[in-house]
Amino acid sequence: MSGAHGSTVTRLYVAGDSRIHRISPEVKLVAVFAVVVVGAVTPRTEVVAFGVYVVAALMVVAMSGIGLIKYLRRLTVIVPFILFAFVIPFVGGGEKLNVAGVALSVDGLWAMWNILVKAALGATMSIVLSATTPVTNLLHGLTRLRVPRLLVAIISFMLRYIDVLVEQLGRMRRSMVARGHDPRWLWQVKPIASSAGALFVRSYERGERVHQAMLARGYTGVMPTIASQRASINEWIAVMVYPAVCFGVLMLAVV
Amino acid sequence: MHAPDGFLQPSVALVTAVISFVLLAFALRHAGSELGDRQVPLAGVAAAFIFAAQMVNFPVAAGTTGHLLGGALAAVLLGPWVGMLVVSVVVIVQAILFADGGLTALGYNTLNMAIVTAFGGWATYLAVRKLMPRTSGGVVGAGALAAGVSVVLSAAAFSIEWLFGASAPVAFDTVFGAMVGVHVLIGIGEAVLTGLVLSAVMASRPDLVVGARHLTSDELQAKSRIGMRPFLIGSIVAAVVVGVVISQFAASSPDGLERVAIDTGFAEAATDHALDSSLFSDYATAGVSNEALSLAVAGTAGIAVTLLVGGGVVSASRSARRRQMV
Repeated sequence: MSGAHGSTVTRLYVAGDSRIHRISPEVKLVAVFAVVVVGAVTPRTEVVAFGVYVVAALMVVAMSGIGLIKYLRRLTVIVPFILFAFVIPFVGGGEKLNVAGVALSVDGLWAMWNILVKAALGATMSIVLSATTPVTNLLHGLTRLRVPRLLVAIISFMLRYIDVLVEQLGRMRRSMVARGHDPRWLWQVKPIASSAGALFVRSYERGERVHQAMLARGYTGVMPTIASQRASINEWIAVMVYPAVCFGVLMLAVV
Repeated sequence: MHAPDGFLQPSVALVTAVISFVLLAFALRHAGSELGDRQVPLAGVAAAFIFAAQMVNFPVAAGTTGHLLGGALAAVLLGPWVGMLVVSVVVIVQAILFADGGLTALGYNTLNMAIVTAFGGWATYLAVRKLMPRTSGGVVGAGALAAGVSVVLSAAAFSIEWLFGASAPVAFDTVFGAMVGVHVLIGIGEAVLTGLVLSAVMASRPDLVVGARHLTSDELQAKSRIGMRPFLIGSIVAAVVVGVVISQFAASSPDGLERVAIDTGFAEAATDHALDSSLFSDYATAGVSNEALSLAVAGTAGIAVTLLVGGGVVSASRSARRRQMV
């Protein structure tokens, strides 16, 4: 995730002009959230329903033109939980199934499947969202969805300054390495932690300077937003077909 | 700790989402009165700082690294409301943009990683601060201890949510033992890092630290009588002892003889016990050898988390009100 080259936040966006890219951010946010919720409430035994979700999600990934390699690389964030999921059948209780001489809990296998498929589906949706929507548009989308402006403003500041701070941290680190700093043990942690403390002070002072600069330019406490075109009803209907299909599959499976 | 979608049952996701939502709404109001109109740039930059700090890997031992979580640090540096708000923003951004933590898991992720750590950490900080000398060393020591406790509280909160909405047949005592055991170690790292970061900030800009506002400038200059090192070592030893005792309690799985006894003799005794477990997820209590004991552990942990977090919320709102009146 970190890196000296490029930036953390802006690198998330994969430039393109696919159908997924063109969806208005607020519509995309709602659709993504709806699909993830439908996936999360689906009982784990409905394997067919999950099959439909996964195929549909992969179609969306293909349509977005992110690229398979990039998609899979971003999907690795769920690896720690995959590892946890693989442990469950071994430690789980209940009925046991004998696979190649190893007793696996049947319930545990179901639980493993449940976590794997839901986590992968949710992560896929987040990846598509952040890869096809520029951060500024996403923030506009949040504002139009009536997320408190204060919260959106804080998030936008955070995203604007992450890269600045990460690069500052990188510079501090490089200068430490250049002076022979090469820590391997916890008791050698002090210089890094102290530089994190220095980073906080610098960040805070930067925040104060930015605030004063904003006051000088007429800031009143809320960021002005440029009114941009709202999503049309037709677009809402067209995009919401996707979560609606997922919901329909869920209904068919459960009833 | 960034749980993905489907990790806990939808009911728990919903309940925790409501709790987090309400506290977040309060935090947005309180942050306004604590910071005035400086809130937006400062909170935003502080959130970026926590995000960046979580990316810094610290060496733990030969090749293993850990990183700061920052909930208690944010609370001591910025005050509990702003601290909670800032860490919540980090958790939300990580879920939406970085797929780190599920969207439907935002309720319990925010609760465990931002709310419990900030308020639990703040309450611990206030309590420990009273026992410490009124110097900047005291602030650093109390902050470090609070950070360690906050991580363990967070793990306990997760285990309790597991009791209500487990998604896998892993018993509560196993999860509690493993989570709390591992997080005692993580908590030690968090305590050391928080202490060092705090002492770096206290050395250059003590006026920025909300948790040090009770000190006069003379007290800030005074040298602490207790050195940082003995204090840290002492609290680490204490934390390990507590962790070992708790996990022993929690992980007391039945031996073979007990198992047989339960299966044969006490089966009917188990069916009509007084505690109605229908409220709890079947998984988290199924396979638990001694339900009363594990519920007692869960209850004690729940009370500890609730008291500390609630205490943090109450004292935070009280101090905010007092500042408004002055």
